Amino acid sequence: MAWGKRKDLLGIEDLSREEIETILDTAESFKDVSRRQIKKVPALRGVTVVNLFLEPSTRTRTSFELAGKRLSADVINISASGSSIIKGESLKDTACNIEAMNTDILVFRHSKAGAAHFLSKVLKCSVVNAGDGAHEHPTQALLDLYSIREKTKRIEGLTVAIIGDIAHSRVARSNILALRKMGAHVRVAGPATMIPAGVEKLGVDVTYKIEEAVEGADVVMMLRIQQERQGKNLFPSIREYSRFFGLNRARLKGAKKDILIMHPGPINRGVEIAPDVADGPYSIILDQVTNGVAVRMAILFLYSGAAL
Amino acid sequence: MPKKEKPNTREVRIIDREKMNALINQLAERILEKNQDLSEVTLVGIRSRGTHLARRIAEKIFEKCGNRVPVGILDITLYRDDLRSRIDQPMLVRTEIPGPIEDRNIILVDDVLFTGRTIRAAMDGIMDMGRARMIQLAVLVDRGFRELPIRANYTGEYVPIKSDQTIRVRFAEDGEEDGVILREVP
Amino acid sequence: MSLVIKGGRVIDPVNRVDKVMDLRIEKGRITRIGRGLSADKVLYASGLWVVPGLIDIHVHLREPGFEYKETIETGSHAAAAGGFAAIACMPNTNPVNDTGSVTDFIVTQARKSALVHVFPVGALSRGQKGETLAEIGDMAERGAVALSDDGKPVMNAELMRRGMEYARTFGLPVISHCEDMNLAAEGVMHEGEVSTRLGLPGIPSASEEVMVERDILLSELTGAALHIAHVSCKGSVDRIREAKKRGISVTAEVTPHHLTLTHESLASYDTNLKVNPPLRSEADRQALIEGLLDGTIDAVASDHAPHNIAEKETEFENAVFGMIGLETSLSLMLRLVHEGILTPSQLIERMSSGPAGILRIRDWDLREGAPANVTLIHPGMVFNVDADRFRSRSRNTPFNGWELKGKAVCTVVSGKVVFEDKHWKTSGKG
Repeated sequence: MAWGKRKDLLGIEDLSREEIETILDTAESFKDVSRRQIKKVPALRGVTVVNLFLEPSTRTRTSFELAGKRLSADVINISASGSSIIKGESLKDTACNIEAMNTDILVFRHSKAGAAHFLSKVLKCSVVNAGDGAHEHPTQALLDLYSIREKTKRIEGLTVAIIGDIAHSRVARSNILALRKMGAHVRVAGPATMIPAGVEKLGVDVTYKIEEAVEGADVVMMLRIQQERQGKNLFPSIREYSRFFGLNRARLKGAKKDILIMHPGPINRGVEIAPDVADGPYSIILDQVTNGVAVRMAILFLYSGAAL
Repeated sequence: MPKKEKPNTREVRIIDREKMNALINQLAERILEKNQDLSEVTLVGIRSRGTHLARRIAEKIFEKCGNRVPVGILDITLYRDDLRSRIDQPMLVRTEIPGPIEDRNIILVDDVLFTGRTIRAAMDGIMDMGRARMIQLAVLVDRGFRELPIRANYTGEYVPIKSDQTIRVRFAEDGEEDGVILREVP
Repeated sequence: MSLVIKGGRVIDPVNRVDKVMDLRIEKGRITRIGRGLSADKVLYASGLWVVPGLIDIHVHLREPGFEYKETIETGSHAAAAGGFAAIACMPNTNPVNDTGSVTDFIVTQARKSALVHVFPVGALSRGQKGETLAEIGDMAERGAVALSDDGKPVMNAELMRRGMEYARTFGLPVISHCEDMNLAAEGVMHEGEVSTRLGLPGIPSASEEVMVERDILLSELTGAALHIAHVSCKGSVDRIREAKKRGISVTAEVTPHHLTLTHESLASYDTNLKVNPPLRSEADRQALIEGLLDGTIDAVASDHAPHNIAEKETEFENAVFGMIGLETSLSLMLRLVHEGILTPSQLIERMSSGPAGILRIRDWDLREGAPANVTLIHPGMVFNVDADRFRSRSRNTPFNGWELKGKAVCTVVSGKVVFEDKHWKTSGKG
C-alpha cells in the first residue's frame, strides 16, 4: 500500500493509481466497522471536521457526517443558509474564520468549479472536496470504484458506460479520471448538447445512442438530470429526454447478464432511470450509499494525518 | 513494514530457535491447563507478529489435544493513543476475527509486552466488537517498563532490559530465522 | 534646456532607421539626429535601443468611478514605467465615457495628473447599452480618438452599422471587442479539453469569429475604419488577413498574454488568468504570432485591466475578467525578439507607429521636427517581475515572479523624462 502524505483531496486528478488502491483497501476495514453493533472507533478522537456545504446536499453531507462520527471526530455542519455567505461575507473570510477555530479537516461543497482549489491555497487545514461545480466529486468516484470492485473483484479491463449530462457533471468527470487510471474502458453517452468539447481527450469513447453505450458494458452509471437545466436548451423537454436517453428494461435487452446499474442519486424515477431498473436485480444504487460512508471514513482517516 | 535497521546497531540473539519453540510450547500447555473448555476459546493475534505467534500456539494446541482453536487478526491502528502524533500514516490492515465475539473466551496474543498501551488498544478494539466473556493475554517476551496496569496471563520469558535497548522477535513467517534479538540503540 | 540621448541604437521603423546615433531634444521636439551631439543634459544610451515612444491603445484607467482600481494618474505612471509614452483608455468608467463632458473630464484630468499622453476612447452607444448612439460628435470634438463599447459589444448589427457610418463622419475608427454574448453565455474560459477537464463553462472561438466576420462585413458596407481589439484565435486572424486582402479598412491588435499563455495554464484556477477574450489553444497562439509577423495584426495592446484583489481572490467563476499589463507588456513581447521570431524593428513598429496609425496619431516617429516621444529599452536586462513594486494601483498579474529579459529604462514624453529605471542610470550632465 502506498500513501504519499497529502494535505488536500481536491480531485481524482491528483491521485495515483496506487493511492486510489490504498484508499479502497483502507475503506474495507471501515466497512467492517460500519457493520458492527458499535459502529465507532476512536481513531480521530479530538479531530475537528467541518462540513461546509454551500450548495444543498443531503446524501453527501450525511455520509461525511456519519463517517466523521464513526471515527470519533467532532463534526459540525455549516450550510449556505447558516453561513455568513448570504450576509455578504466572502468565501475566503468564511473559510478563514472556520479555520481559526482550529479545524483540522474542512469538507467543502460549492457550486463553482475550482472553489476547493481556491480554499486549499488559502487554508492550512486539509480540504476535502465534496463537489465543486461541474469539476470534480472525488469521494463519489472513489465510492463508485469501491462498489464496482466489491462486486466484480477488479476494475481493470471493465467497460463502464456513463450516461447523461456529462458536460455539467462532476460525478462524470471524477469517474472518467478514476476509471481510466484504474484501467477501465469508459464510454460516455447523451445528447450532443451534454457532451463537453474535447471529452475524448480524456480517453473515453463518445456515443449518442444509449443502446450502443449499454451493449457489452459491465457497468452503467446513470447521471441525474437536473430539472433546472430544462430552460437552457440542452434538451427540449424532460419527456423527450426520458424517451431517448432514459434507462429502461427494453434498453437493457442487449446488455450483459451480470451488468451493474449505478446512480449517484438522488434519482429522478422515470426520467433518467425507470423505477423497475433502479430497484431491479442489477442495481447497486443502495450499496453505493452504504459504501460511501466507509470510503469517506478512509478519506478522513488518511487525510487527518496531514492536518498536524 | 519493517523499519530500516541502523547500520551500527549491536545485536545479540538472547533466545534461539529451539528455546523459542520451547517457550511457545510452554505457552500452549499453560493455556490448555487454564482453559478447560477449548470450544469457547479464540486466539486473537495483534498484527503482525502477534498473529504469527497466535498461529504457532494454535498449532501446538492442535498437536497436544487434536482441537483446532480459531485464530483471528486484530489491527489496533484505529485504537492507538499515539495515532495522530506519528509521523508516518500507518496503513490499515483488515481485522478478521472468525465468528462472533459474544461470550467467547478471547486470548490476545502478542510477541512483546512493553508499555501495555498496545494491549489497552486491543482490549478496546475487542470490546467494541462485542461483549466477550473473558479477555486474557499471552506474550512471548515481557520486557518490563509498563505504563499501564496490565499484566499477561501467560508469559514465555521475562527479559528486563535497559532503556537504550530494544527487543525484537523474529519469525520464519517473515523470512527470518526464529529467535529473540536484543538490540543496543546507539 | 536641451537634452541629448547619446550613443543609443536608434530604431525607427517609420523612417527605416536602425543605427547608433545621438538624438537632441529641445522644447519638446527632436531637433537634431546625428553624431557627437551635446546638450545641457545627457542620457547615456550606449547598449540601449532608442525607439519612438511606445503606445498602448487598449487600457482601462478606471477613472472616473473606480478609482480604487486605478486612476488616470496611477495608470499613466504604470504606462511610463512600461515604456509607454501614450495610452488610449476605454470608456467603461462610471459614468461611461459617452458624452463630451466625460471625455472632457478625462482630457483635463490627464493634463493635470498624467505622465503620458492619454487618448480617450468614447462609447459607441449611450451607456454602452447597445441601444442608441452616443453623442459621438461631441466626444470627437473634446478629444476622443476612437469609439468602442469594448467589453459590452454591440449585439444589434443595425446599431453597429449606424455607429460605423456616424463615426466615419467624424473620422474616428470603431474598435470592436468581438464577442457574441449569447454564444459566449456564462463562459469563463476557452471552450476545449481544458475547460472540460476543469468543469468550467467555455467560450467557444466561434463567439469571437462570428463577430469578426460580421464587423468586417459592416466595415465593407459602411466604409468605416474597423479595428478589431485583442484578437484571440486562429479563425479571427484568418478572417482579418482575408479581409485585408480584399482591401477592407480593418486593423487588429493582440495582447502580450494571448501571445504568451494558453488555456493549459488555467489548470491552477488562477483567477489572474481569467481574461476576456480567454486564453486559447497553442494552435491559436501560434496563429496570433504568425498574424503579428505577417502584418495581419497591426499592433500590440495590453488590455490593461486593473482590479482590486478582492475581485480576484474568489471563486474562478465569480472573479472579474482581466489582468494588468502596462508594466509587463514590453518585456513579454521582447521574448519573441529573443526567440528570433520578430526583429527589433518589427516589434517596435507593432508597439509604436502601428498603433499610432490605427488611432491616426500623427508624427509618431524619430525625425527632426517631430514631437519628442522616445523610449529607451535595455534589451538584455534580466529581472524578476515584482508586482508589489508596480506603479499601477492593482496587482492582478499572472506574471508575478516571472524572470524576463529586457525592459524600458527611460521614457521621454514631449521632451520630458517621465520615467527612469532606478537600476539603470542613464542621465548625466552634458
